[in-house]
Amino acid sequence: MILSLIKKEILLEFRQKSTIGGVLVYVIGTIFVSALCFKGRLDKPTWNALFWVITLYTSVTISGKSFLKETGGQALYNYLHYSPTQFIISKTIYNMVFMLALSFITFFFYAFFIKNEVENLGLFFVVLTLASTGLAAILSLMSAIASKANGNFAIMSILSFPVLMPLILVVIRISKQAVDGIEWAGVGFNFIGILVALNVLTIALSFLLFPYLWRD
Amino acid sequence: MKNWYKILSVIFILYTLVWGLLNPVPRLDILNETIRNVYYHVPIWFAMLFMMTVSLIQSILALTKNNLDNDTKAFNAAIVGFFFSLPGLTTGSIWAKYTWGTWWTFQDPKLNGVAISILIYLAYFILRYSVDDELKRARISAVYNVFAFVMMNVFIMVLPRLTDSLHPGNGGNPAFSQYDMDNNMRMVFYPAVLGWIFFSCWLYNIKNRISFIKNKLND
Repeated sequence: MILSLIKKEILLEFRQKSTIGGVLVYVIGTIFVSALCFKGRLDKPTWNALFWVITLYTSVTISGKSFLKETGGQALYNYLHYSPTQFIISKTIYNMVFMLALSFITFFFYAFFIKNEVENLGLFFVVLTLASTGLAAILSLMSAIASKANGNFAIMSILSFPVLMPLILVVIRISKQAVDGIEWAGVGFNFIGILVALNVLTIALSFLLFPYLWRD
Repeated sequence: MKNWYKILSVIFILYTLVWGLLNPVPRLDILNETIRNVYYHVPIWFAMLFMMTVSLIQSILALTKNNLDNDTKAFNAAIVGFFFSLPGLTTGSIWAKYTWGTWWTFQDPKLNGVAISILIYLAYFILRYSVDDELKRARISAVYNVFAFVMMNVFIMVLPRLTDSLHPGNGGNPAFSQYDMDNNMRMVFYPAVLGWIFFSCWLYNIKNRISFIKNKLND
């Protein structure tokens, strides 16, 4: 059931070429604007901060709409046909995969247009993976809440930014180590542990809390 | 004697206000006399955390029992907790000006944590005001409250332990034993904690009574 729901999401996303194309243009456009604004004069901490700010805003914009379709008649259809836990898990998994692809695309264009400052690429990719899954998991639940609260965009950012901050601060800290090229022996693995824990915690809380958002 | 905690809160707070300024304290570098702030600043934060925990419990009850009274209580507890964060910030900020030389710093994870917690509860209030239907509001805001409470605790309990904090008793672990308190100070500190927590319960009680009277008048 979860697989078929994910399949449905992917089909819907790719059938509307405007959405997937829009996402790509949004990301590339944002990066290009930043590249023009900074004109390549970025030191390492700024490079790191700018990358995560772009990723944060992209993810809030993209994941924010994941529940906006599920209102009105669509919500009633979902309510009759799926169980809430299956529904939120499939949404979260789909958002995670989507965000994962998107953040790697973001990194590619960011490195292409601005420059690649990362010296420990392996660590950076680990952080990128955990960060995008964490962002996707938190934002899926926040999007579900925002869609029930008359679903305007402002509410989505107001709700998400404060709860995303622990994740973002931890991510920036390890990502800085990756950018500085710290050897694997010196890496702060307790912070990676926190990232994994935040992922697991968010999925568990979504699993427990989403059924209460289910009924209208 | 259902008002015992109100009487105790008045006695304890008066006692800490007077004896907190008079009792002998250990002379520590940099801190000196400002160590007395631990009687006011820390207990106020404890009272805030206590109220936020009450709010969490009431939110969970509102979800499981689907009861509007619990939702009102959760909201009132969050309001009272939020109210306590303001003197908590003020006392901390004034203290920081004289010991660290600045009103606010982004170097300290606890300060960031507090700023984020305040944002989280502001978001919670805005979420409540943006939904009109009462039952729907109760469920949505309770879900957000539970999630936000967990994230806030990751921020103010877990992260400061992993990084260096500028706070006294630092090096990561904001634990009791590291406050360098002697027994004289404990004589004031524990009553202060209890006094402020009782005081927050009192405010919470009054807020609840006002809400329920308003509800009755509306019906």
